[in-house]
Amino acid sequence: MDKATALDLYRVMRTIRRFEQRSTQLFGENKIWGTIHSYAGEEAIAAGVCAHLRDDDWITSTHRGHGHCIAKRADLGRMFAELLGREAGYCRGRGGSMHIADTSKGNLGANGIVGGGIPIATGAALTAKQLGTDQVAVAFFGDGAANQGTFHESLNLAAIWKLPVLYVCENNQYAESLPVKRAFATEDIAKRAEGYGMPGVRVDGRDVRAVYGVAAEAVARARRGEGPTLIVADSYRHEGHYYGDPRKYQSKDEVEGWRERFDPVADARRWIAEDGLATEAELDAIDRKVDAEMEKGVAFAEASPLASPIRIPEEVYASH
Amino acid sequence: MQATETRTGVATREMFYNEALNDALRGEMRRDDRVLVIGEDIAEHGGAFQVTAGLLDEFGPTRVRQTPISEIGIVGAGVGAALTGLRPVVELMYVDFAGLAMDQILNQAAQNRFMFGGQARVPLVVRTQGGSGRGNAAQHSKSLEAWFTHVPGLKVVMPATPADAKGLLTASIRDDDPVMFIEHKLLYRTKGQVPEGEHLVPLGVADVKRRGKDLTIVSWSREVLFALEAATKLAADGVDAEVIDLRTLVPLDKDAVLSSVRRTHRLLVLHEAVKRGGYGAEIAATIAEEAFDDLDAPPRRLAGLETPIPYAQHLEKSVVPQVEDIVRVAKEMLS
Ligand SMILES: Cc1ncc(C[n+]2csc(CCOP(=O)(O)OP(=O)(O)O)c2C)c(N)n1
Ligand SMILES: [Mg+2]
Repeated sequence: MDKATALDLYRVMRTIRRFEQRSTQLFGENKIWGTIHSYAGEEAIAAGVCAHLRDDDWITSTHRGHGHCIAKRADLGRMFAELLGREAGYCRGRGGSMHIADTSKGNLGANGIVGGGIPIATGAALTAKQLGTDQVAVAFFGDGAANQGTFHESLNLAAIWKLPVLYVCENNQYAESLPVKRAFATEDIAKRAEGYGMPGVRVDGRDVRAVYGVAAEAVARARRGEGPTLIVADSYRHEGHYYGDPRKYQSKDEVEGWRERFDPVADARRWIAEDGLATEAELDAIDRKVDAEMEKGVAFAEASPLASPIRIPEEVYASH
Repeated sequence: MQATETRTGVATREMFYNEALNDALRGEMRRDDRVLVIGEDIAEHGGAFQVTAGLLDEFGPTRVRQTPISEIGIVGAGVGAALTGLRPVVELMYVDFAGLAMDQILNQAAQNRFMFGGQARVPLVVRTQGGSGRGNAAQHSKSLEAWFTHVPGLKVVMPATPADAKGLLTASIRDDDPVMFIEHKLLYRTKGQVPEGEHLVPLGVADVKRRGKDLTIVSWSREVLFALEAATKLAADGVDAEVIDLRTLVPLDKDAVLSSVRRTHRLLVLHEAVKRGGYGAEIAATIAEEAFDDLDAPPRRLAGLETPIPYAQHLEKSVVPQVEDIVRVAKEMLS
């Protein structure tokens, strides 16, 4: 991997990690309302996949969506502004963490319905096919969503229509409190792809290089008009399901052990240095830059006005 | 069929309701490449009610996308396609199947625009059909419009005549919001004069289908035809009923109902859907709130009984308002 790509992947992952730390802090300070779901631990998936996407390619995201949003090059200030219920937020405070969308960058939105984004990405891919463009769509979703009916219906549709779409299943070992072992009688979710007649690839979601490589092939295949791919990335979420989750369904040892073993951001730092792609000093400089941007984003959000009152019906209907 | 001229000088042709819908689809698909139809059995077969007949021949399989039986998958694909620049018309074979697709209607299509702070629009039409009268029993005969009227972000359209079917479907396809377009299975083989060429009936405009001075009957879909038949019978007995066809439930043409009731001083709301929690309650309550002093009698609702639709023909008829029921209730209101 060349230096520029490696450093960019690192920067994106480090940004996601820092964003989750900062939003957790803000939540603790009672500045964020509702719920947030941390993507810490899963950064390599969004970073490795979105590195291949242009601004006119589409993604659908999940309740755990901050990482996808950042990897799709969202503005941090507007993300924080959304979490803080400000007018400058991506959804003008109407959506919050679970509904951030950035259509200018092809992000068709996080989704509070588990599996809700899978058919929508499929429809976006249909648009590309219909208009004859080389755009692609990516549906990010969890292991839990893979057991929804939308998964089945959408993968089948995309396969029969050869749609340019990637189904990226983030297997973080849990759907809320349910471990994957109790939700699947198979070890390998990617094998399901065969039943739909599309390639299925299982990848180590800790290793951004591996994700990047698998996604490169799947995106190229989609752009060539050869159809969809299912990618299942093995991963682990460092935090609870949501901020404040008591995690009664996990042992402390399990969590500590995984966190230690499974840290894609620390890993990337290590191999980038070991491969001589960048020095520690260069990596530190990236960290400082990311942290500074983060604080700029938080400051922007905190200084911006609260969301304006709802206008009905103008906001509810496009034409009225 | 023979072309005729109406008073207004627009050429019309007699058509069945399903032909009029077909005409609207064809017209919009010719006019705009972004319009496509998606659904089960819509290609060679022409749709369960022949609304898409012949479209495959003219537009080919990429614009007439016949799908596997995957209600949430296809409605959801419609949402995604609409969000990204197409204008899909998704056919749900029966409104009774909406439950399978409901998440994409309720949580996605209806709310994307608002939830994303105005960043999105969802020009999606979900065409479906409901209603009883064909012995299809409980899982294929419901009238579920009230479900959709309760969801901010959706528009709800229910044409009663072939001309309105064409004009409203055309307007729905051109509309930038998600529209639930609910046809009635027993209207498909009703005939009427339909304007040829481009014909638009704007959403949110009711139609006075019969002028009258003694009471206002507000209805939609197939019951409009029943109301008109009842009005003819009532006229023979010296009762002059006005019949308003709402045509679109959302947006609601409240002014049309208000101004009629202010003249007739009596309101009867009539629908096939179950009375409890039905949209008739919304109309009656609105009039009670805004025109109470104009009323000479309490607003009445005549609607479906609180039961699943039964199978046997006589039973099926017994649970939804019939012409005689309308005549009886109208007379009660005037006595
Ligand atoms: C349709 C639906 N069912 C249940 C929930 C409640 N819920 C929210 S997240 C979640 C777990 C999702 O698990 P997974 O898809 O693996 O995503 P992860 O949280 O692990 O990223 C559940 C059950 C929901 N939001 N939507
Ligand atoms: Mg999970």
